[in-house]
Parts: sequence; C-alpha cells; structure tokens
Amino acid sequence: MSTRAPAVEARQLIKTYPGDVTALNGMDLTVGAGTVFGLLGPNGAGKSTTVKILTTLARPDSGAASVAGHDVLHHPDRVRRAIGVVAQKSGADPVATGRENLLLQGRLYGMRGAAVQRRADELLDRFDLADAGKRQVKGYSGGMQRRLDVALGLVHRPEVLFLDEPTTGLDPEARTAMWDEIARLAGDEGLTIVLTTHYLEEADRLAERIAIVDRGRIVVEGTPDELKGELRGDAVHMELRTDADRAAVTAALTGLPGVYEVLAEGRRVSVRAEDGAAAVPVLLGALDRAGAAVAAATVARPSLDDVYLRYAGRRFSEAEAADAQQIPATVAAGGTR
Amino acid sequence: MSSHVIAQTWYMTQRQLMAIIRQPVFLAISLVQPVIWLFLFGNLFKKVVELGGFGTTSYLDYLIPGIVVMSALGSSMWAGMGTLEEIERGTLNRFLTTPVSRNALMNANVVQNGISTAVQSVIIVLLGWAAGATYPGGAGGLLILLVASILLGTVFGALSNALGMLVRRRESIIGINTFLLLPLTFLSSSFMAPSQMPSWMRQIAEFNPVNWAMVAGRSALTAQPDWGLVLSRGGALLALAVVAVWLSTRTFRSYQKSV
Repeated sequence: MSTRAPAVEARQLIKTYPGDVTALNGMDLTVGAGTVFGLLGPNGAGKSTTVKILTTLARPDSGAASVAGHDVLHHPDRVRRAIGVVAQKSGADPVATGRENLLLQGRLYGMRGAAVQRRADELLDRFDLADAGKRQVKGYSGGMQRRLDVALGLVHRPEVLFLDEPTTGLDPEARTAMWDEIARLAGDEGLTIVLTTHYLEEADRLAERIAIVDRGRIVVEGTPDELKGELRGDAVHMELRTDADRAAVTAALTGLPGVYEVLAEGRRVSVRAEDGAAAVPVLLGALDRAGAAVAAATVARPSLDDVYLRYAGRRFSEAEAADAQQIPATVAAGGTR
Repeated sequence: MSSHVIAQTWYMTQRQLMAIIRQPVFLAISLVQPVIWLFLFGNLFKKVVELGGFGTTSYLDYLIPGIVVMSALGSSMWAGMGTLEEIERGTLNRFLTTPVSRNALMNANVVQNGISTAVQSVIIVLLGWAAGATYPGGAGGLLILLVASILLGTVFGALSNALGMLVRRRESIIGINTFLLLPLTFLSSSFMAPSQMPSWMRQIAEFNPVNWAMVAGRSALTAQPDWGLVLSRGGALLALAVVAVWLSTRTFRSYQKSV
C-alpha cells in the first residue's frame, strides 16, 4: 500500500463564506490509498467544506488539493470520474425507483446497455435492496435510503469514496448495519474511503486513521490507537460526596506515584494513571486524608473524547453545542497539558 | 454539441418527465385548469364577439390560442419550485459531483419544459376541437401556435429557474408568480380583441411577451395569416427565450460558486 501515491492530498486549504465565516483555516490532509480515513469533529468544524472542495463542488479561496492523482482545481472532470460521493443530504430522486436512480447514475458516468443494468442489480443485491429496487424511493426507510445513497456512490467503481456523515439521522439499528456495510466496503480491493463524522464511536470503529478537525484545520492525526496511546494510561473519574476545595484536592493527588494530569471541578475529579486499577486505592486514601469522601470511582481506557479534549482544548459535546450556536468557544484547556 | 451531451440531456429530461407523470395530482391540475378556463371564460365572454374585431364569429375559436398560451405561462412559471426542491434535497449537488455535462443539466430543464408545454397545448387544442372550435389556419397554424407557446414557456421556465437558484425561497417564487400572472394575462389579447381594449392597455400589451405568443399563434390560425406579424412576434419570443436561457445558465454558474 505504501508504494501507491496518496489518494487525497490537500495543502493549506482556506475557505471563507460570505459573512466572514471561516470554514477552513489552513486544512492539510493526506490520505493513503486503500485506507479508511476518518475526519472527526463537531458540526461546523469544516469537515463538509473539506469534502465539498475535494469532490469539486466548491472551490477554495486558496490552497491546493488532489484526489486520485488529479488536481481538483485544474482537472475537476478527472476527479469526478475517480470519486464516488455520498453527501449528507440523500440526493436520491424520491419519485424514481431505487433501480432507476442507479441506472441514471451509471449512465452519467458513461455506462451503457447491459453493463449498467447488471451493475444496478448487483448493487441492489449487495445492499439488500433487491425487492425495494422496484419501488419509489420516497417509501424507503432512512436506513434503506442511506444504503441506496452508498450504492449510488459506487456505481462506477470509484477509486475514492467520500462518505459525509453516513449515519447521521439513522436509528441505532440502521447505524450498526451501515457500519457493517462500510467495514465490508473497506475490504474492497483498493478502495479508499474518506469518512466524515461527528460520532466518536463511528470514527473509532471504522477508520484506520483519524484526523481531528477543529475550527477549520486539523489539530491531530493518527491511528485511533496512536491517538489514544498518546494519552498515557487510564482515566480515573471520581465523584465526591460534597464539593471540595479544588486546590486542596489537586495538592493531595499531584505527585502520587503513577498519577498525573489531575483535574478537579466541583465534585468531579479526574486523573490519568499508569495503571488505573492499582491507582484507585491510592487515590481514595489520599482524598480521604484530604477530607474529601468519594462516592464513586470509575476507571476508563482513554477514549477519543479524551483525545479531542486534549487537542482541541474542549470537550467534544461542548464544541458541538458552541459551534451549533456559532459562538467561538473559549473553553480553557483546564489542566489537560 | 457532442453526442454525450445530447445523451445526457435526454437522460436528465427523461428523469424530469418521469417525475411529472408520477405525480398524478400535479398532472391532473395542469390539465383540469385549462379545461375550467375554457369552460368559464368561453361561457362568460361568449357574447363579446358581437362587439367585432375578433376576426371570427365564434368566441371559442378566438379563446383557444389564448388558453393555450395562458396555460404555457401558468405551468412554466413554477419551474423554479422544482429546481429549488432539487437543490434542497441534494440532488443537484449529487449530479454536480458526477462528470455529467453542466450544459446537459440546464438543457434538460428547457427540453422538459418544452415537451410538457407541447403536450398541454395539444390537449387544449383537441379539447377545443371537440367543443366545436375551428382552426382555419390548419396544421401549419397549429404548429406555429405550438411553437409560440413552447417559446413562451421557455422564457418563463428559464426565468423561474433562475429565480429559484438565486433567491432559494419558495415564498419569493410564489409571491412573484401571483403578482405577475393576472396582469400578464389580462394585459394581453387573451380574452378581448385588441381593438376593444382601452388604448393604454393595447399599448402595454404590445410589450407583453404573453401577448406576442397569442398574436403570433392567433394570426397563424386564421385563414389568411399576417406573416409579418407572425414572424416579428415569433422572432421577438425566440430572442427573449435565448436571453432567458442564457440568464438562467449564468445563475446556475453563480449557484455552483455559492455551494
């Protein structure tokens, strides 16, 4: 795999929308061929804008990008032939049948005659839509419609498939089914998948490499394990019986062997520990001596949420809420470094 | 135009026609409406031919070209709603990420609108014939009426599409259409012979493209068509249609930039 040229390369993409909304602020991205790459970030972080530029829909104010070896600005037509796009909005024609949608899509890529018919049937089978294929799309469930969207993106056997928020709006069952589907796609020979999501779990589960996007640029990139591995040890979260003095709690825990990154807030105390299980009795003892009684303690392996907190300087859920209101979040990076 | 643009134009046209056929309510309304107009206005104004200047003694003969053109206007001016829906649903963006020719996307709107207008016009002409209307101009005259109504439909279809892409609000299209429909219709010779109209109205009607289509079609349908009138009004319609399509293509480009 490493001998192949990158499937996607973007350098210093900048995109501003009217009203001085900076969507991309120096986006750099490299996606290896044949991999599943996840762009993870809250709504409004710039994921969709990145996808729009890479799929030739939008033009950046500055910067350069290539997909499947073709420059998106100078040879958009070559890029379009090489990519499949599953956008956030379905885009399937509701009054046409699933099969008709697939046939038209294939024809737009120049597929003709029996070949396009065969391909449509093959995809309907593969995505469990063989019966539904004869019915109008407006009667489809959310999950069926999403599967059809993915099938539409695959008609012409693209080299690179873009999946923009593929499971947003799906119920949990349909989401799990879609995850299985994407995991199977990843096994397809040579297919590169660029996935955007604001679900941590989704990125963790599907992507081989993840880039965390925040405010129009990438803050950190790596495999899920690498990212989580950089947060040494486990997270230990403790709930105190009463509000405690922040300084006293911090002082009591800081410097304990194998314990670092102490974060106390109200009744919540979080630390990182080399070995979470072994640290719990030590932590409880120290808090007890400091006069803070503990109601509950949990040990957790680091999650992508922790990674996000560390690199974006805010919790994922806070970022979602803040960006949804278009308020620049200024949440302090409370002791994560 | 290369062969693949023509093929793609046809695929996209087919898709749009299919969508119309599969929405029976929409289809029914666009066919029942001209029938109601024919019936209502045919009866309401039956006696006005006695005033003279209509070039015929049967008001129905006079009315048919008017209804054909009115219906072309009435159905084409909503084209922007469909375009707006395609934008909102993400369908247009889906097509834009494929190698489909951008021209084919725009052409399909024009071709589909032309076919729909033609079918609607033919149905009205046949209904009129069944109700006893005569067409002294014969097949040639009917063809010219058909072309005039298609050109008018192209003008308003293209403008409506441009509006849809530009304002992206249903309310704006509805507002502008309801504002325009009646003045465009009544400031024309649809129901009343020009010689019976107040002179200021007649003057305004001279600049109304809806009237151009009616004048050209109506003249072509008489036993002795005034070819000068047919060609000048038809030519003006053609020129306007070219401008409207050019404008909607420009708007389409600006839409692509705004994505």
